[in-house]
Amino acid sequence: MTEFTPDESRPNALARAWDSDIAYSFRRSPLAIIAAVVSLIIILAAVFAPWIAPHDPFNPATLNLMDGFTPPMEPNAFTGNVYWLGTDNQGRDVFSTILFGARISLFVGFMAVLFAMVLGITLGLIAGYRGGWVDSLLMRVADVQLTFPSILLALLIFGVARGFIPPAYREAMAIWVLIVAIGLAEWVQYARVVRGATMVEKNKEYVQAARVIGAHPAKILLRHILPNVMGPVLVIATIGLALAIIAEATLSFLGVGVPPTQPSLGTLIRIGQGFLFSGEWWILLFPSITLLALALSVNLLGDWLRDALNPRLR
Amino acid sequence: MIAFILRRLVQSVIVMLAVALVSFALFRFVGDPIASMVGQEVTLAERAEIREALGLNDPFIVQFWNFIARAATGDFGISYRLQQPVMELILSRLPATLELALVSGILAFAFGVGFGVYTALRRGSWVSGTIMTVSLIGVSLPTFLIGVLLIWVFAVELQWLPSFGRGETVYIGNWWRTGLLTESGRASLILPAITLGLYQMTLIMRLVRAEMLEVLRTDYIKFARARGLSNRAVHFGHALKNTLVPVITITGLQMGSIIAFSIITETVFQWPGVGALFIRSVQFVDVPVMAAYLMLIALVFVVINLIVDLLYYAVDPRLRVDRANAKS
Repeated sequence: MTEFTPDESRPNALARAWDSDIAYSFRRSPLAIIAAVVSLIIILAAVFAPWIAPHDPFNPATLNLMDGFTPPMEPNAFTGNVYWLGTDNQGRDVFSTILFGARISLFVGFMAVLFAMVLGITLGLIAGYRGGWVDSLLMRVADVQLTFPSILLALLIFGVARGFIPPAYREAMAIWVLIVAIGLAEWVQYARVVRGATMVEKNKEYVQAARVIGAHPAKILLRHILPNVMGPVLVIATIGLALAIIAEATLSFLGVGVPPTQPSLGTLIRIGQGFLFSGEWWILLFPSITLLALALSVNLLGDWLRDALNPRLR
Repeated sequence: MIAFILRRLVQSVIVMLAVALVSFALFRFVGDPIASMVGQEVTLAERAEIREALGLNDPFIVQFWNFIARAATGDFGISYRLQQPVMELILSRLPATLELALVSGILAFAFGVGFGVYTALRRGSWVSGTIMTVSLIGVSLPTFLIGVLLIWVFAVELQWLPSFGRGETVYIGNWWRTGLLTESGRASLILPAITLGLYQMTLIMRLVRAEMLEVLRTDYIKFARARGLSNRAVHFGHALKNTLVPVITITGLQMGSIIAFSIITETVFQWPGVGALFIRSVQFVDVPVMAAYLMLIALVFVVINLIVDLLYYAVDPRLRVDRANAKS
């Protein structure tokens, strides 16, 4: 047996990571670098929104209706206040609402992906490892679900779930229902990939060895097989994040997503559309650009990751 | 062959039953059906009577069966919000949705095939490059944003086209209201049809382009050229014809998506179709309309998939061999 010898010439882990295949392919792809920078900026801005935002758009005490409809970079006619990206009808700073909106969009997106991932991986591992009727039942369901577009599915699940929730809790539960709806609409991808990879892995020697020792199936699945099938899952998760953000924006735009008290990017675009005809274009344009930049850069990152992790393309 | 059709049919029926179960559960367990039907002054005894008369005390299976029987005849009850029979509501709005879906389907197919062939034949030209880049943007833009941007450019800034509604409509026969026969109706259709068809168009275009490039490399194309056929005959008579089978299949499958995505387009353009009705019913938790729409959309998808599957089976002999092998 050959023993693994770490590269001694590179002393610390950071430098070794810098030399890895993935990092090399990353440094060689300008598009991936731009995409990563853009998504990182938006994600950081969203996470630190309460500290970055110049105004608190949800605190009525700090709002001045006289500031309403201020165009970007121009002083307001009454108050003389200047806003980078202008204000909406209630005098809320558009830049601040975008920061808080992106926060909600990203939260829903990440949680939905997490939910879909956990559900899909669990079912995929079981289906792949067990086989038999569990496998055929799950894959039948997956086949049927794949014939429906996922945004439609999220919409239908959201509508049905909303019906079952008592009216008093509908607003408060909306975000969680949305997360579950989008997650349920996307789990199939993960399940299929994990199932396929598991069917390959389970016949390899290391799994047989684990079985011979008498390891519990749950332990074999989680400790031995799962780490070896995570590569493709990460790719799907990245592209799935872009999909989930768009799905959330679509539902919120249609007025059936997050409640108006917690506007996401989709809600902001919905609000902005109302002011299009009266000429206040900035209320619509800036949230749209943010959504687009976010979805596009995450998507590009996913594309790059897929190519980078695919050994056939190296 | 018969076994395959039977299996697909059984699968379709199971899917419909599952969706029906969800619809039924919505009906039965969301709120109290009695409370939504009668006023405040009805006594508890009377309520119990109505409950018995409506069969709400029957076993679950019996109630479910009754629900399916009524759904099969198109009876979904009365909308909570609009106080009209649900089927009437849906039927009165169905023509709007179908016209929109049909026109955008045709647009997507015509432009998709056209652009696909062009970009495949003129691979290096800057026009092809532009088309491919624009198509990439078309894929990554969410549908609702495309709609909003089109409204901004063509309705607000240029004021060429209307931004909402169907324009003037006239009746064909008793209940089919069409916008295709009036000028304002056609003008109103343009922006929604583009919004709805753009994604499908890029999909078809990329498919046609890839298939064309594949086919143009084959031997029979070289042979056709060797026979001295004109470029036109080679490209359209031989190459395009052989790419169309998968393209038509995909287009057929996409019809379901077009009807589904019409929910988004209809809401953006306030198009008075079935999708907009569904969104309103979700907002107001109008259960009968939601249940009926759920069943309708499931039926559309199941039927389209069934037809496409059967067509595939009829067209592609390899599939038959695969199935036979898989079974043994």
